[in-house]
Amino acid sequence: MKKFIRIISFVCALLIVLGAVICFGAVLQDARHDNREAHLLCGYYDTTDPHDVIFIGDCEVYEGFIPATLFEEYGITSFVRGSSQQTVWQSYHILAETLEKETPRAVVFNVLALHYGETPLEAISRMAIEDMEWSEHKLDAIKASMTDEESLLSYFLPILRYHARWSELDSDDFKHAFDKHVDITHQGYLMQTDIDPVDTSDTRKPDDLLNTALPKRAMEYLDKMTALCREKGIELILVKAPTNSVRYYWYPEWDAQIVDYAEENGLAYYSMVGKDEEIGLDWSQDTYDKGLHLNVFGAEKVTSYFGKILAENHGLTDHRDDAELSAIWEERINSYYNERGEK
Amino acid sequence: MEKLIEILENLHEGIDYETCETLIDDGILDSLDIVTLITDINDAFDVAIPPEEILPENFNSAKAIFALIEKLDNI
Amino acid sequence: MNFASFEFLAFLAVLTLVYFLVPKKVQWIVLLLGSVVFYAFAGFVSFFFLLFAIVISYITVQILGKRIESLKKYLEETKTTLTKDERKAYRAKHKNTSLVILCIGIFVMTLSLVYVKYLSSMIGFKITERGISFGKYALEIMGISYYTFISIGYMIDVYRERAAVERNFFRHALFVSFFPQLAMGPISRYADTGEQLKATHSFDAKEAWCGFLRILWGFFKKLVVADAIAPAIGFIVSQKLGGIYFILLCLFYSIRIYGDFTGGIDIVLGSAQILGIKLPENFNRPFSSKSTAEYWNRWHMTMGNWFTNYIFYPLSLTKTMQKLSKWGRAKLGTGVGKRLPVYTATIITWLATGLWHGIAWNFVVWGLLNGVVILISQELNPLYEKFRARFPKLWNSAPYQSFMAVRTFLLMSLIRVFDCYCDVPLTFDRFFSTFYTFNIGEIFKGGLLELNVSLTQYIVIAVGIVIMTAVSRLSAEKPLREVLWGKPILGNAIMAILCIAILVFGSYGLGFDASAFIYGGTFN
Repeated sequence: MKKFIRIISFVCALLIVLGAVICFGAVLQDARHDNREAHLLCGYYDTTDPHDVIFIGDCEVYEGFIPATLFEEYGITSFVRGSSQQTVWQSYHILAETLEKETPRAVVFNVLALHYGETPLEAISRMAIEDMEWSEHKLDAIKASMTDEESLLSYFLPILRYHARWSELDSDDFKHAFDKHVDITHQGYLMQTDIDPVDTSDTRKPDDLLNTALPKRAMEYLDKMTALCREKGIELILVKAPTNSVRYYWYPEWDAQIVDYAEENGLAYYSMVGKDEEIGLDWSQDTYDKGLHLNVFGAEKVTSYFGKILAENHGLTDHRDDAELSAIWEERINSYYNERGEK
Repeated sequence: MEKLIEILENLHEGIDYETCETLIDDGILDSLDIVTLITDINDAFDVAIPPEEILPENFNSAKAIFALIEKLDNI
Repeated sequence: MNFASFEFLAFLAVLTLVYFLVPKKVQWIVLLLGSVVFYAFAGFVSFFFLLFAIVISYITVQILGKRIESLKKYLEETKTTLTKDERKAYRAKHKNTSLVILCIGIFVMTLSLVYVKYLSSMIGFKITERGISFGKYALEIMGISYYTFISIGYMIDVYRERAAVERNFFRHALFVSFFPQLAMGPISRYADTGEQLKATHSFDAKEAWCGFLRILWGFFKKLVVADAIAPAIGFIVSQKLGGIYFILLCLFYSIRIYGDFTGGIDIVLGSAQILGIKLPENFNRPFSSKSTAEYWNRWHMTMGNWFTNYIFYPLSLTKTMQKLSKWGRAKLGTGVGKRLPVYTATIITWLATGLWHGIAWNFVVWGLLNGVVILISQELNPLYEKFRARFPKLWNSAPYQSFMAVRTFLLMSLIRVFDCYCDVPLTFDRFFSTFYTFNIGEIFKGGLLELNVSLTQYIVIAVGIVIMTAVSRLSAEKPLREVLWGKPILGNAIMAILCIAILVFGSYGLGFDASAFIYGGTFN
């Protein structure tokens, strides 16, 4: 009898520990229910309609290209799959995940992240990955992104990563822990409506480049993306969104390497850096953080500019006369303008 | 044996060495006492106790110490 | 592989599973392979040094063993033909040669230890992709202090005929390299583990459960208490804070080293216990000691015993020391003469203990201070005895007993603080600052919270200390875990609480900085 009690209580204890680890982990992990950048990738899993174009990349895609505008003006259906500081390896694995679900006509990759040879910030990287659904691609993304001090186990048991947050918990954390994450993006586009103009009195120069060559590891993953698209018969288009800041400066040395790469691989490459006039960008209006990122007004101009290129150079179909698609997108465009107008 | 008890009493007073059998186990004799004791025994009995004989069972009681002295004297 | 890690727990789990599934005859091979794997994590160079120690001690022990046998045989054969004196002389001569062999063995072992710990920082080497390159590369060899001491102890025990000779090279290798004890001890002797490692072991639920609980308890002490207070220690030392902060440092460092060291040993002993192997205890409620000498009989006991058995006794009983004693008695009087060998040996032993920890002045001072304090209390002993005889009631009263324990604790905390600064003059300087810097008020005005430890963390640490003290008291007679084994519901509930407390409150992982998760935050 005592043996029986012993075994039962031991098993119960293990179950309690397991339950506590899972529940408490979820509560602690949800450190970011009010963090706008925490859930940029999850919206894609709810869509069922196909897309002509998939945008892949970092902040410059999710704050630079607006699927709603693209449909409204050119009838091109698209989705943005970007997250903060998304590295090339993350982009590759996210692309692989996307291409398993659908086969778009074109994939547009923003090249800024190519200058990272390793994961720059553990927290930001983890935030993006944790927003992915579990699949082999997520596991691959974790393995490719993990910094030395991280452990794989902590992605399965978030308590291992977030336990130190216990003393900051409030009742909100408990309320939201098991909520499904709300998608606040518009097909992957994160709207920024603030205006914070470029400071023209700032005379800082970008830092000198110590090593002009883009990191080997990043270029290898670009190769992988190229190969994957080729294999699936999808056109890969490279872009560089415009910026106007000494931080995240796009060096001409880097640009030259991308130009060469595009030529060697027969890819189209459009750099929008320095094309302010053609795009119609006004850096006193079109940025929310002094020229580093575009706000919604800048993004609309960039999308119009790039949509024209897509329609003219890449022969993407105008779906505006497709009643079924138009109905779906009508709703999305409305929701987009709702947020844009509201603010 | 009396000589030994006398040496022990010089070390610590107020302990009944005739009957006590836990001199080491109860920490009555520490390592410093042991060395002093061995030096005194060397003088009194002309017997050198080597380090390998310093085992708790050899020093736990006056009887055991005396037995050790006799054993070493007779090799 | 760090003991306080998931890798170690996973390693132990796999090893335990294999260990109890294989035929009992080969269990020891599983342990040996486990030790090899454990060492493989530390790299090739570490493995090489371990192998070297195993080979040297094996050869020495075999030669000593053969010589002991042949001596016995000779003495047996010549029982009737030689006189007692002749046989005694032969024996003495034979023993001398053995002693020389033993000394060579010890010398070679010590040389490798000295090279790794002290000399490699001047003429070290490292293995790179392009081969071996020499230079000032201080070597970090896992466990070398411990297996060197275990091997030397074993060689001496064989020489003294106090331990059996292990003929099988691989079993010998297992005895020297048994993985749990190599990171922080205990320094086991052949009498402790030799036979156990050879014996077969069946799975025993009680041992396994108690061992597991002990591991958890070790994690708790280390992660929830010791590592949580560490930032405050680092801060006080790096900022060279004085006055009350120096006193806090002494206390914090004592808490840290207690939690870290006894917790680590709990993990080690618990791991071995699951495998059915009882390693010697290394601590016996050290902070309840009422004198420095008693403290050293309760703290890091296996190291203390090692130094007593293999350095202090042999040294104080050498002919030179005995001569010194005779000379002292003749020239300086009986009292001084008698003390000479003991005192000289004490100081030398403590100096060696200090240097074993590291070759730096702070360790020298640390060792000497311990020796001096022990000798002073030895000198004061007659006074104490008189006091005790005169006021037996007061002496035995709880407050006075507590006073002695607190006094010893504070004294040891003060001596220990030399490890913190690694700088002797600075330590003294900060110590004296307590006499002229009166800043007690500061800590009540929020000074405590500026030491990189938050209020909630202090509360957790304080609760942890209370629990540790209670467990220590309750375990005075019999370890608490064994009592809990008899109460399965309570025991398993405590196990669950410990697990959760470690996972939530433990200081491990990357910490949490909310601002790191805000992407935009890094730009503004």
